[in-house]
Amino acid sequence: MSDAEQPTDASDVTDVREEETVSDDEFEPVQVFPESEEMDLRPGSDDCYKCSTCDTNCPVAEVDDDFPGPKFQGPEQWRLKRKEDHDVDDSVMSCSNCMRCDSACPSDVPLSQMHNTARGEYVEDQMEKFSREYVRNRILANYRTMAELGSKVPRLTNFLMGNSLVQAANEKLLGITAEREFPEFAEETFREWWDERGGPQVRSEDKRVAYFHGCYSNYNTPEVGKAMVRLFEHFGYEVVVPVQRCSGTPMFANGMLDDAKRAAGVNVENFSGLVEEGYDVIASCTSCSMSLRQEYPELFSYDGTASVAAHTYEALEYLRLHEDLEGALESAEVDAGEFAYHAPCHARNQGLAGQAVELLDGLSGANAEDVGESCSGISGTYGWKEEKYETSMKIGEEMFEHMEETDAETGMTECPTCAMQMEHGTGYEIRHPLEVLEEALVGEGSN
Amino acid sequence: MAIEDDVTVIGGGIAGMTAALAAAREGAAVRVLSHKDSTLRSASGLVDVLGYPPRSSDDERGEGSASEESETTPDGPLADPFDAIPALPESHPYRTVGVEGVREALTLFDEVVGDRYRGGHTDRNALVPTHGGAVKPTARYPASAAEGLASDDRNALLVGFETVTDFDAPLAAAHLESAGVPFVARGATVSFPGDFRVDAKITRLADALDADERVSIEGDGYTTELPARKALAETVKPHLRGEARVGFPAILGQHETEAVRADLESELGAAVFEVPMGPPSLPGMRLEGAFLAACRDAGVRFTTGNPVVGYEEDDSGAVAAVRVERNGATIPFHADQFVLATGGLVGKGIDSDREGVEEPIFDCHVPHSGDRYDWFADDAFGDHPFARFGVETDDELRPLDAGGEPEFENVRAAGAVLGGYDFAAEKSGSGVSLATGRTAGRSAASEVTTYE
Ligand SMILES: Cc1cc2nc3c(=O)[nH]c(=O)nc-3n(C[C@H](O)[C@H](O)[C@H](O)COP(=O)(O)OP(=O)(O)OC[C@H]3O[C@@H](n4cnc5c(N)ncnc54)[C@H](O)[C@@H]3O)c2cc1C
Ligand code: SF4
Ligand code: SF4
Repeated sequence: MSDAEQPTDASDVTDVREEETVSDDEFEPVQVFPESEEMDLRPGSDDCYKCSTCDTNCPVAEVDDDFPGPKFQGPEQWRLKRKEDHDVDDSVMSCSNCMRCDSACPSDVPLSQMHNTARGEYVEDQMEKFSREYVRNRILANYRTMAELGSKVPRLTNFLMGNSLVQAANEKLLGITAEREFPEFAEETFREWWDERGGPQVRSEDKRVAYFHGCYSNYNTPEVGKAMVRLFEHFGYEVVVPVQRCSGTPMFANGMLDDAKRAAGVNVENFSGLVEEGYDVIASCTSCSMSLRQEYPELFSYDGTASVAAHTYEALEYLRLHEDLEGALESAEVDAGEFAYHAPCHARNQGLAGQAVELLDGLSGANAEDVGESCSGISGTYGWKEEKYETSMKIGEEMFEHMEETDAETGMTECPTCAMQMEHGTGYEIRHPLEVLEEALVGEGSN
Repeated sequence: MAIEDDVTVIGGGIAGMTAALAAAREGAAVRVLSHKDSTLRSASGLVDVLGYPPRSSDDERGEGSASEESETTPDGPLADPFDAIPALPESHPYRTVGVEGVREALTLFDEVVGDRYRGGHTDRNALVPTHGGAVKPTARYPASAAEGLASDDRNALLVGFETVTDFDAPLAAAHLESAGVPFVARGATVSFPGDFRVDAKITRLADALDADERVSIEGDGYTTELPARKALAETVKPHLRGEARVGFPAILGQHETEAVRADLESELGAAVFEVPMGPPSLPGMRLEGAFLAACRDAGVRFTTGNPVVGYEEDDSGAVAAVRVERNGATIPFHADQFVLATGGLVGKGIDSDREGVEEPIFDCHVPHSGDRYDWFADDAFGDHPFARFGVETDDELRPLDAGGEPEFENVRAAGAVLGGYDFAAEKSGSGVSLATGRTAGRSAASEVTTYE
């Protein structure tokens, strides 16, 4: 079959868009739990046969002797809780929501869903709302609010955040580690750039995507979003950028389920209409795509949640499926050099771990070496917490070492916080695969 | 649309990885699609070829299977598995690949694992003590288990840890003795030195030994810090009564097993071995790591984390692509040839419910009796037909439909998804996976015409 062949008629089985959004009995987690207000995870917990495979795959349990591991957090916690007088154990706050345990379990126990709901319950019922921890977590989880303010006066904010006095105060008052440097805010956000250029430059009836840029590529690394837009337009796609909120990833990880639910509501509403009009959703951050794909349908039941999930893709994955990306790369060339590539946990879980390395294999002038299976350790907001900083760096150690063992002096990953950790641990500059592909296929100088 | 390979292997267990490796070495572009980790992570890490002759297999598998099988009873462990292969029923996968096929597969295995495994110098089965205190005939065993062989007559002390509950050393020792081993076995239970959680993961203990972390141990009224390996030896010493070898559950490091063992040996003045354990199994994980590395070196691509749920046919009725399910959408992976290595009832390659038994991806024919009550023997340890459920194949390992014709020209099957053998009863699990994986991978690659 030719690589460039495009599905034309609607009945073509190879057209992934024609897929039923949710196959009737195969996948609809919400329907397992009838009243989704009051979750009952018993069916999942009964599936656990205590093989401990999840525990051996948990990066936190590997370095933190006090963390009882996913098997306890998931099935055992739910079993205990069924006997009324048991509260959710506070150790659930030490889970970083990397979701590795999910893919490890041979019995399909919905571990991360259990952790997310348990964490939500813990924060709701047991956490003191005026505590330093709660306030700090709330601030971290709602990064977007902070970023929105910060990006209004990027230079001032960058100056302030880079100021060691401010950092020391953050650590003392809020418990945000002073070891890390705050990511810089861009002078111009992605959305500002988008409006400035006048929105989509390509219009198409049948090749259309809606971009979920997330917070980070909007406020901090708009170059990633720009590269993505140029790349998709190069392949003839109409790109639209609907109004959106945070994907919810940091909120899940901090048990702020109400915040996450509100954000998800906005996102599902704005994207599901577009899906109906034939747009697919693409994201350049693998935690954002994970959230839309898996966590939304696991935790919320807004109309359209399932169809947004089924139509969400990671950007590179999407191009590989619909275009002859490998063919295009074969005849292209860049001067990018060697990269040490780290697959984020949330890319791994989506089955995307090898993709960037595979793609660069076929491109002359660039090469990516996979630095292995270890977790980077930062897990979004996790590594920002003063009390978790050390655990986070211990988890990351293996990745740092492997990065340094490669010939590369530059790192590569799809996840913005993994990128932060990679840079923090090695001093390497980190790039997103989209940037390299854009350089190869579109070239510099376009707007 | 555009993900395309020469050979796509479905399943990342030992059968799938062997098929992928064999095909890649023939020059094909190979991708492995795997949903979960393989059962290797739970398996002992021992590589059995054939430990016992199969039991009577007069045909309870129902329609479609045309074998005349002799009545045999399990009569003790087999000394030489290769010797016994020609006498197996014709439907057995070993008969399909032949003795040579089995030997070639073991050669491939030996090359992948290098000096991590023993047993390659002889055709004879080795007898390895298991964590339950049984003695298991096996063809290849981890180097770390070598000093523990049951055919060796040196006395042995087995050491268990209070917190590693799967290994009860005194009980295992008693079992070994009653199994008639030619040495005296004794067991002792100690607490793992250092301040680890009661439910510490065995990987955590293994890491401590790998890194030789300093741990604190209690002396006579004082506490002292020692490197973990030395501390462990100190804990064991008082229990040693002149035994020439000491066996530990298989938790002696994830990566530095040989160094850990060497340090323990010099501290204890005795040979040290690991006793293979149940899940999660470090020897199984180490073996998986060795195969993954070999596959990567050969250029095999891996796409993991999501299940294959169906396929697309081309005009000629061959399989054009398989489809991977991902949260409601399915994503096609195209290839010229496919290898089905999804495991058996445990690996989820064969599914059963009250209505019947099926192979869920290609819906290949799985011979079984229409009457559910025929799937089991009355005796719990009896000869259960369900243990042999799986697809039947032609000489090239292509699954056969109910009429005995290949289901698809370009699909082959390997490993536990195959029928006609009972890996648990005959102790042949990894051997069948290796042998059929290699054959399937090679013949798939030889069909591929589009070499670059
Ligand atoms: C507890 C235990 C102990 C054992 N001990 C021994 C021993 O001591 N010696 C020995 O020789 N053998 C032993 N075995 C048996 C041996 O491990 C198996 O026979 C052998 O590993 C089977 O390998 P396989 O590759 O065919 O299948 P599996 O290892 O089961 O691999 C199947 C793979 O396919 C994947 N898969 C399944 N369905 C799909 C799908 N739809 N899409 C994508 N991927 C899919 C699975 O995720 C898995 O990775 C043991 C097995 C178990 C369970
Ligand atoms: S991996 Fe799954 S079945 Fe095994 S202990 Fe963890 S939750 Fe239970
Ligand atoms: S989500 Fe990650 S950190 Fe949390 S329990 Fe699972 S594996 Fe461990």
